[in-house]
Amino acid sequence: MSVLINKDTKVICQGFTGAQGTLHSEQAIEYGTKMVGGVTPGKGGTTHLGLPVFNTVADAVEATGADASVIYVPAAFCKDSIIEAADAGIELIVCITEGIPAIDMLYVKEYVVRKGVRLIGPNCPGIITPGECKIGIMPGHIHQVGKVGIVSRSGTLTYEAVHQTTALGFGQSTCIGIGGDPIPGTTFIDALELFQNDPQTEAIIMVGEIGGTAEDEAAAYIKEHVTKPIVSYIAGVTAPAGKRMGHAGAIIAGGKGTAAEKFAALEAAGVKTVANPSEMGLALKELTGW
Amino acid sequence: MNLHEYQAKQLFAQYGLPVSEGVAAKTPKEAAAAADTIGGDKWVVKAQVHAGGRGKAGGVKLVSSKDEIIAFAKAQLGTNLVTYQTDEKGQPVNIILVETCTDIAQELYLGAVVDRASRRITFMASTEGGVDIETVAENTPEKILKAEIDPLVGAQPYQARQLAYKLGLNPTQVKQFTKIFLGLAAMFEDKDFALLEINPLVITDEGNLHCLDGKIGIDGSAVLRHPDLQDMYDPTQEDERERLAAEWDLNYVALDGNIGCMVNGAGLAMATMDIIQLKGGKPANFLDVGGGATKERVIEAFKIILSDESVEAVLVNIFGGIVRCDLIAEGIIGAVEEVGVKVPVVVRLEGNNAELGAEVLRKSGLNIIAAEGFNDAAEKVVASVGGA
Repeated sequence: MSVLINKDTKVICQGFTGAQGTLHSEQAIEYGTKMVGGVTPGKGGTTHLGLPVFNTVADAVEATGADASVIYVPAAFCKDSIIEAADAGIELIVCITEGIPAIDMLYVKEYVVRKGVRLIGPNCPGIITPGECKIGIMPGHIHQVGKVGIVSRSGTLTYEAVHQTTALGFGQSTCIGIGGDPIPGTTFIDALELFQNDPQTEAIIMVGEIGGTAEDEAAAYIKEHVTKPIVSYIAGVTAPAGKRMGHAGAIIAGGKGTAAEKFAALEAAGVKTVANPSEMGLALKELTGW
Repeated sequence: MNLHEYQAKQLFAQYGLPVSEGVAAKTPKEAAAAADTIGGDKWVVKAQVHAGGRGKAGGVKLVSSKDEIIAFAKAQLGTNLVTYQTDEKGQPVNIILVETCTDIAQELYLGAVVDRASRRITFMASTEGGVDIETVAENTPEKILKAEIDPLVGAQPYQARQLAYKLGLNPTQVKQFTKIFLGLAAMFEDKDFALLEINPLVITDEGNLHCLDGKIGIDGSAVLRHPDLQDMYDPTQEDERERLAAEWDLNYVALDGNIGCMVNGAGLAMATMDIIQLKGGKPANFLDVGGGATKERVIEAFKIILSDESVEAVLVNIFGGIVRCDLIAEGIIGAVEEVGVKVPVVVRLEGNNAELGAEVLRKSGLNIIAAEGFNDAAEKVVASVGGA
């Protein structure tokens, strides 16, 4: 078992023939992801990376039975692309693109919620179930089939958590990058619920950062609903207030959303927190006795 | 991206909102001429900077002669205004807004943000206008009224009426408030605002609502689709190094320590600052070089980091995902040589071809210290500046 994706997930790529779509689709195919085609308006009927190209997501779904789509189109067109995928019957949409206007995401998020479609991202590395399916830009080779579920707002910190759990031999069940934007499609709570219900996931690493209240809401959820051991790190203890730290969502606004508040909320919910980001794996070892 | 008050009021006027007649002046002469254009015998002159708290800092003045206007403009233009919201250097004053004078009977507050928790544009209104709204929210949260805009149906007039009646407005003012509320909601979406504040929204002596101040923040991700707003960008209000970094698509934020940081990924960049502090050091900056850490970008990043004279060492922390670490190592070597880096550089490379990358660094003969892992890198860089 794993969450959201497995070896049978049929994946298409929107923005398939562009530079990013091509590079990462190649890597996904190499990893063993069941890529079944792609979409580039105007290039329907051609072949790219040995796979069929379609003009619309609806055509692609009809011809391939795709369940998931990964989006690499430029930010200005993502609202359209995500809604197109949702309307075409795609169940899992993974949007990698960074820089989507927040107002666009307000519409998109509301739309996918009302449609009952799962959106991961935007501004994220994607999702991977090691050994089965990789949807996104994460380096496949650092992962290992295993028992830790990882959820993170940061791409490179997801890789850190993966690297540490692989080095200790724990491996990962599924890793979900929920992205660094203020309005994410999937939240920590969504990911925690999935991991709690997944038999393969025995423990969880949750990586948060400054800005917003998603970690505080996750802490409240954990207290009530999550029984699996969790290690958490929050990036940005040293971040100054009022400054956007790279990610659109990483900003301490009006004195709210500091790392200290989030650490405290998670600790109060029984989560093992680490101040040193290089010790997420070690803390998990200590917590689980593995 | 933030707008000046005078720019915000130009947008308000476009949407039919009640604002004072005003002229933005760049010189004392223009400021005096503005008084003639506007007419009357009393004016308000306001220094235009991207910061609140201008009144208390002497950046706003009621004047009743052209001599006073000229004196104010001469005193303010070309100087930096320091308010409780700026750093100790303050923000440069290049423009003075000259406005008609408004008689104030009551001050209200009206603002809106993209609220992350509710995933809605959320309006906030309060009878406690003219003061710091965060203090009101902290001490008397019940005095902040809220209205959430459903993204799929948009702002509705009833939401404005609901707020207006709770604010205690009379029937004429309720109508005026509804027009202002719907205008602001339309602007917020049309122009991709991240933040909007009218503080104060005043009731004049005649009993009319009037937007006396205006603060607008535009969503940085959306600026590209608004050429009219791009023209309103004022680079003089930005930190020089942050502005330079942005030109190279690098995210840079200056801090007050002595260890420069160059990292790929925003989360890892914050984590790198945190671990430096944890080991007893002080980070000099946040810098995310992004996914494609090419030689050119690394060179620019080094230049920006080293332009801060307090930097005594640099920590490069790269988790190479798709890119190969040996190529990144070559980029770092090229950059160190080209920029002429004189401070110790500690490099931690992880991911694809990491060992090969470390070997390339060791063989370079430069003052580059290869680290074994994240923790070791932090310890080595802190040690290189004399330890904790």
